[in-house]
Formats: sequence, C-alpha cells, structure tokens
Amino acid sequence: MKQKGENPEKESKETEAIVEKLSPLEIKIIPFLKESIDKIEKKSGLDSVSVLRALKFLEAKGIVKLRTTAKTLVDLGTNGVYYKKNNLPERQLLMVLEKNHHLDLEEAKKLSKLSENEFKVSLGVLRSKALINMTGGKISLNAGKEELSKKSFEEQLLDALPAERETLPPELHYALDNLKKRKDIVEIKEKSVVEFELTSEGRKIAGKEIKSELLEEVTPEIIRDWQRGKKFRKYDILAPVPAIHGGKRHFVNEAITKGKRIWTDLGFKEMTGSKTTTSFWNFDALFTAQDHPVREIHDTFFIKGVKGALPDKELVSSVKKAHESGVGNSRGWQYKWNEETARRVLIRTHTTILSAQTLAKLKKEDMPAKFFAVGKCFRNETVDWKHLFEFNQTEGIVIDPNANLRHLIGYLKEFARKMGFEKIKIQPSYFPYTEPSLEGLAWNEEKKQWVEVLAAGIFRPEVTIPLLGTATPVLAWGPGFDRLMMAAYGISDMRELYSNDLKALRNKKAWIK
Amino acid sequence: MATIKIPKAELKKLIKSDEEIAAKMNMMGAPVESVSEQEVELEIMPNRPDLLSVQGVLRAFRAYLGKESGMKKYKIHAPEKDYKVKIDPSVSAVRPYTACAIVRKLKFDDAKIKEIIDMQEKLHATVGRNRKKAAIGIYPLEKISLPITYEARKPSEIKFHPLEAEKEMSANEILQRHPTGREYASLLEIYSTYPIFKDAKENILSMPPVINSHETGKITEQTTDVFIECSGSNLEVLKRILNIIVTTLADMGGVVYAMELEYGKTKLTTPDLKPEKMRVSLDNANKLLGLSLKEKDLEKLLPKMGYEYKAGKASIPAWRCDILHEVDIIEDIAIAYGYDNLVPEIPKVATIGEESRESRITSKIAEILTGLGLIETSSYHLIKPEEAEKAQIKEEDKIEIENSKTEYKLLRPSLLIPALRIFAENKDNEYPQKLFELGTAFTKDTDKETGIAESEHLIIASSPGNFTEIKQVLDYLAKMLNIPYELKEAKKPELIEGRTGAIFINNRQIGYIGELHPETLRTWNIKAPISVLEISLEEIFRLF
Repeated sequence: MKQKGENPEKESKETEAIVEKLSPLEIKIIPFLKESIDKIEKKSGLDSVSVLRALKFLEAKGIVKLRTTAKTLVDLGTNGVYYKKNNLPERQLLMVLEKNHHLDLEEAKKLSKLSENEFKVSLGVLRSKALINMTGGKISLNAGKEELSKKSFEEQLLDALPAERETLPPELHYALDNLKKRKDIVEIKEKSVVEFELTSEGRKIAGKEIKSELLEEVTPEIIRDWQRGKKFRKYDILAPVPAIHGGKRHFVNEAITKGKRIWTDLGFKEMTGSKTTTSFWNFDALFTAQDHPVREIHDTFFIKGVKGALPDKELVSSVKKAHESGVGNSRGWQYKWNEETARRVLIRTHTTILSAQTLAKLKKEDMPAKFFAVGKCFRNETVDWKHLFEFNQTEGIVIDPNANLRHLIGYLKEFARKMGFEKIKIQPSYFPYTEPSLEGLAWNEEKKQWVEVLAAGIFRPEVTIPLLGTATPVLAWGPGFDRLMMAAYGISDMRELYSNDLKALRNKKAWIK
Repeated sequence: MATIKIPKAELKKLIKSDEEIAAKMNMMGAPVESVSEQEVELEIMPNRPDLLSVQGVLRAFRAYLGKESGMKKYKIHAPEKDYKVKIDPSVSAVRPYTACAIVRKLKFDDAKIKEIIDMQEKLHATVGRNRKKAAIGIYPLEKISLPITYEARKPSEIKFHPLEAEKEMSANEILQRHPTGREYASLLEIYSTYPIFKDAKENILSMPPVINSHETGKITEQTTDVFIECSGSNLEVLKRILNIIVTTLADMGGVVYAMELEYGKTKLTTPDLKPEKMRVSLDNANKLLGLSLKEKDLEKLLPKMGYEYKAGKASIPAWRCDILHEVDIIEDIAIAYGYDNLVPEIPKVATIGEESRESRITSKIAEILTGLGLIETSSYHLIKPEEAEKAQIKEEDKIEIENSKTEYKLLRPSLLIPALRIFAENKDNEYPQKLFELGTAFTKDTDKETGIAESEHLIIASSPGNFTEIKQVLDYLAKMLNIPYELKEAKKPELIEGRTGAIFINNRQIGYIGELHPETLRTWNIKAPISVLEISLEEIFRLF
C-alpha cells in the first residue's frame, strides 16, 4: 500500500498547481528558503519589505509558517541625539562646578547655559547621586576627580543606543528608567520580529530553482506578439491588497456642506460675519441683560485688553431703551444699561449675532426674507467627552409679516428630516431673546432616548424693534450642529471632532443621506 | 441650570402614570431630567423662579392640568403693631432696597426646613445672580424684637457672632476668614459701608448678602413664626421674590402678614399680591401662533397658566417675574394650547436660496485640493501659550483670552501653528501626509470694530515634501482658479533661506511658500521634512 505523499505523480501535480500560482517575488526567494531571513535578503537582492511580503504570500499558499515575536527597541530621542553630542545637562553643570567648586544658584545657571528646566533637572539628578551639596542657595561639588571622570550610567546608556531592551545590562535598565522620565531623551519602540519555518509542502520546493513559462503582467510586447495557448500565472485573487487613501474633506465640513445645501434648497440665503465681536452684538442687541450669567468670564471667551466700537447712535440708544424701560409696550429689564459693558470684545457665543447684524441691515422692501448660517461658536468650557470650547451652530431666520409659530415648527421639522431625524418632539423652552421659545428633541434609536437637537423661537419685540424698526415677527433658530452631526456619524466623544488623527480621517465613512 | 426634585407621591395624586407625568411636565415647560423611585427631577428655566419650590411646581401643575385653574388666592393680613422696617438712607449707596414679610403659625419639620433652604439657595443662584441682585434672609421671629432697621455702617462698626463661627467677629474678619464671608466678600468689599439688619434692641440680625447672626439666624423645628427679608438693587425683583417665598410658605400652612416699609417719607407695604393687568390682543395671539382662537378659548387657556382673563386683559400672578410684554403671555397661551397640538406648516413664500461667495469659493478650492489627494484637517481657533512661544509670536501681537478654562488661551495668528501641531501628533501615522486646511486667522488691527482683523486662510502642507512638490500644488490651484500669481524670493524665520517665496496677486502679498527649516521641525518634535504654503483668501474672494 502506498502512503499519501509517496505518490510521485500526485505529488508533482500538487506542486505544479502551487508553482502555477507563484509570483515572481516568491519565485525569487524559493531557492534560499532554507536560510534565515537576513541571508534571503542578501542572496535574493530584495529589500526586507519585499522578502516579508513574499513570505506572507507563501504562507497563504501553505509553504511556510510565520511566527511574529515582539521586541522592544530603545533609541535616542531628539534631545537624546543632541545630548549625546553635547553632553547631558548634568554633565554640563558638573563641568562648570569642576572649575568653580562653590557657586550661587543663579551664577551656576548662567555659567552652565542651561534652560530653566534643564537646570532644575540637573540639580535633582546630581543631588540624588550625592555629587553636589546645596546649602543656602549655594551649590558645592562633592566629588573627586576620579569620580568625575567616570561616565554615568545614563551616559553609558546613550552610548549604547540603539539597542534591544532585553540586551541591556541591569545597571543600564535603571538609567533607562531615569531617562524615560525626561523629555525626548530616549524613545521606546515596540518592534515585531518575524521568523518562519517550512511546512511539509515547503520542504519539497525549498531550494529549487523554479522556471516558469507562465506569463506575468500584460505588456505591450505580449499584446503585439500574442499567440494562442500561452498561459498567465494565476493570481490569488482572494489575497489582501495594500490599502490606499483618497483626498477628502474633513468630515465636519462635509456635514456642514450638507447642512448648507438643505438651507439653500429651502430658499435661504447665507449670512457671513466675523467670529470676534462686541458684547453689543452678541448680547445687548439680543436683549440679554447685562447681569445675565452668560456674560461672565467663566462662560464666555472675552478678549484681553481690547475695547470695541459701538454701531450708530440711534441703534445703540434704542437697544439701551429696550433694556432699561422697554420698547413697544415692553417693561424692559428695569436696570441701568452700561455702554462700557457693551464694548467688551469676545469670540461669538452663538451665530445669532449674524442674524442680529442681518436684521440691522435689512431693508423693508426685501421682506419677506430667509437667511441661514452654519458656523463656529465658542464657550469657555473645559474639554471632555461631551464638552468642547468650540462648536458649530446652524442659524436661521425668517422675516415675514405673516410668520407664525406653526411655520417655525414646519421649517425645523423639515430641516431635521433632511438631516436624518424623522421623529421630532417639540416642547416649550426659554431664551432671553425669543418668545415663544421651543426646543426640539430627536429620538435616538441607539440610546433609546430623546436628545435635544433643536433650539428656536420668535424674536421678541425688544430685539426686532431696535434692529428692524418694526415688530415684524422673525422666526429664529440656532441649534448646535455638532450634536446633529455626531448622531449621524455615530461619534460619542466630542474630542474626536477636531483631534485630526489622520488615521481616523482617512477611514471616516462618507456621509450619504 | 436649576433643577428641582418633586416627591412622586404628590404628583401621583394628580396623574397616575410616570410617562404621563413626564409628558405633561415637558409640555408645561418644566422638562423632566430624571425619574427615580421617589422623585421626579425637573429642569426649571431661568424665567420661572416661581417654580423653584415644590409648592410652586404643584400650584402651576394643578392649574395646567385644569384641576385648580385660575389664579390661586392667598390672604395677606395687615401689619400688626411694630411690623415695621425702617430703611435708613445710608443703604442707598450700597444695597438700596429691601422687601419684607412675616409668616406665622408654621409647622416645621426637617424636610420642610430643607425645602425652604433649598428654595432660598436656588433663588440666590438664579434670579438673585449669586446674591448680587437679591439675597434672602429668613429669621425665627421669637428671637427678634420688632421693629427692624436696615442701615449701612462702616465695617469697623459692625461686630456680631455669624452663623457657623465660634465667636463674635468684625465685618472685616468675616469677609477675610469666614468661609461664607470669603465666598461673597467681593460683593461688599467695593463699598466703604456695609448694610446690616438690626432689631429694636440693637442686635445685628445679619449683614446681607453675606451672612446671618448666630443668635437670631437659624430656623429650627421649634420655629413657628418667621421674619423674611430680601435685599438688593432692584425693588421690583425683590418684591416678586418675596411673593414667591411667602406663597410657598402659605402653601405650607403659614399665615402671611404684611410689613410696613419706611423709605424716608415714602411708605410701602410688602408683600403685595395684587395682580398686574396687561392687555392681550386675541388678534396678536392668533397671528403669532398661527391659530384661530376665540375669546372664550383665551378664557379657558390662560387660567391653565395661572392667569385670570377677562375682556382683553390678563391678570398676572404676582409671583411671575417674566412677563415683560404681551408676547410672554402669548407664549403661555401656546403652552396651554399644547405645543404638540400645533400643526407644522411650511408657508409658500418664494425666496431664492444662495450660498455666500466665500462658501462657494472655499468649497471649490477644497474640491480642487481633494482631487489632488489632499486631506482636509479642521483645528481649534485657539492655540496654547507654549505654541505661541515656539512660533516666536511677539508679546504685543498676542490676542489673549481672559480666564480660559482650557490650555488653549490665544487666538491663532495663522494656520501654520495648528498644522505643525497636527504633524507632530501624527508622526506615527502613515506617510505621505498631504494636508490642507481652510480657516480664520486673527491679527490685531485698531481700525476694526473689535480691534481684531479676521482673514480666511488656506494652508497646504506636505510631509515628506520639498519645494517642487508644493509649488506644483500652487501652480495647479492657480491654474484651476484662473488666477495668475507672482513669486518673489523672501525670508521667513520658520523656512529655509533660499527656498522661501512670497506669493503675490495683483501686486499684493497674500502668503508664503517654502520648506520648513529643520530647526522649526525640531522645535515641534517633527521628524520628516515638510513643505508648506499659506495664503489669505480675502484678495481671491474679491476676484469673484
């Protein structure tokens, strides 16, 4: 009885099937497969990446088995390279002290030409090694010539790098721990090392020179000289190919483009304007009382040391009146309005200032009119997964003598639907500059809860009378745009929005809705 | 944001199901934050301080549900003998007004005391603007001899034993050493005299808005009668806050007495619950809401929000602080009608939609650049101080934020700084890295309304990249936009000399192009070469 594998006919057929699929790269290394990877590289003349690729192809064909082990490499960092050449700061300080055994701290710092930080670190290092003493603001050397001439473990380490961590002697491990704590002196990289062994299939063909009659790529010559019966080498079409990346817009801007298109489709004109502004436009023109908490520095980014200019006197005095005693049958906020407070410059906390500025410029004959903006706004916030100090807002206003609350809900629901939110719930809310006010919540299927996504209202007469000259109803909204977008992209950590991690940017899916 | 917890048992008396309670509260304008076994937590909007007590919420909710609609009536008893507060003119420079009341026959327990303190703190934090605009004091009446005087004295003449202290302290000691004193010191320190309440026996009751006296200042389970004062800068606000407090205490079973306030010759009695009347036009309401309500609908709807309504006039509850204009009442009509009953409509108004010129041009530029395989980044408008150091920005050119809570504290003067940060943070990601960004850069400019000029910038950077590659991109972009440009040799500290150019269009410099100097790269801890160009788009916008 013949065992499997002792059938030369079948065997050669199997080998042939494999050979038919071998790429030129694989064929190049097969003669040297009995050697180590280093030797394969030398003898085949291929670089290490190509050899590795060839080995991976061979593994897919069951010819070799790869084994990857992780190794830790220690190399010099940017500062490390510099210090290796110009001595570590503590050595530089020692050299100064060698010349002057007692020195004032300030003097030592000056002579050593070290930075504040380097100097501090050096003092710490030398004290912990008892090479210096410090008393009453003076440093004195505490070591003899012989001790000074010896290289420290840290210096020995810098000389030994780059090296695999496991190969370093124990005393240098200690030095490594020390230097790791300092900035950019050493760099630790994880590196994987690949080894391989031959399978039983592999042993049959390893070392053989393989001559193949099969055709490789289609070339102009092949096209010209084509004869029937010639055969192409078979590709392993299931084998993975290297990834490629395309140029693309930042996903936040892609979403903004989408948002803008929704508004223009609905007949809205885009508003633009600056991001820095006076408190007058950001707050006062929007009937936000001067003692409102949002106007304090812990909520708003005010700019240091600049005072803004106010617009024309008529508008300013009308806004002042709206606050102090009211306009158009309003009682106003009943306090003394301060012009200086209105001059404070800030980075806008909402795009609603664009609406205010647009209203102030609008001519009667241009009504009815509809405007929108999508833009960055700023709040003084600490950064965490659900807070950022920058966010986008989408702003819209409809100026129409016949506008009403039902229209407002109509526009918002249509916008939300186009953004991908079918289920929207509208309920009362509050903003200082709109009345009635409302918020819209969208159903988040994933979290099984309602999430606030819309904020809107009808501008109060205290806002429209000074800006527009009449109490024409102005529908207005300014919901945060990022939250709408995050839901659509499935992002849960706000910090991801502007982290600019290229890997994430390259892999972000296109928004099609 | 203020929230309040309402015992569920109280709400269950009105509505059985949790879902229904939440739905109605949301539609009343007090959205539900959370629901637990025992309590329902509501968010209270800043315009409704009258909902900052359990009693206030229940009063509004009962009316909203139609269980007790209309304005709730409270009896205010006339002042008894010595129910007086004399306001000395000396307070006018510091904290000019107070509104006061006495409430008797209260039965306190631990829970009720906690509830009152809770309301007091929430009123302080919201409408009281952290005690600046209004501060509230509640005192056990049995420890006080009436009448009371409100006056201002020099700090050196104020000495009493404050709450939560071991012994008597002077005004300055309180502001410097007492924890509550330190918290609110900034509200008094700016003045040369400080206000105090004192009783008929010259005992100091409190130094508003900071702290009460230990001797007279704390209500306990034994307290049945209390003296209440609100002090601050706006008498109207103080009166309304006092109304919120006394109606809450009345709902707890107290009997409310007015006090006579003597502002010099002007005499005033508080609290005053007489409702103010305001005209409401049915027409205006229908126009603003898009409804066709009838007179009798208003008669039904407004009482659900606690108003009385008759013949075009609404009587406003004296505890509402937010009714400045008819529109505020119209919103309440809408709430009573139910926002969920409003049928959305998109009116057929013909307007032309249009993107701004800036948007059109920047989108086109982005399209051209992504066609070249570049990736767009998007970074913060603020930079870190150490980044400004690395970029060697002059002190006088820095535009700094006051008190930024983050490590980002300056407005960016260019897009180069964020771009270098991005390269440094991505040094372990796959190369080549070809990036661009469109965004605003900020510089000081005294000609501008804000003292700051803003300009839209474009940066393109490539790593590893050289001059030829980046110039190819510039050429392509200029060709696609059909804008001829000129290049002149230039110097820029971040770039390699001899490989740096200034970019001009129409004889105006709009930016620079070049290879980043190894020293720049080293400063930013970047290990691969970068070529870069940055231009302002303002000149280009003008061409289209």
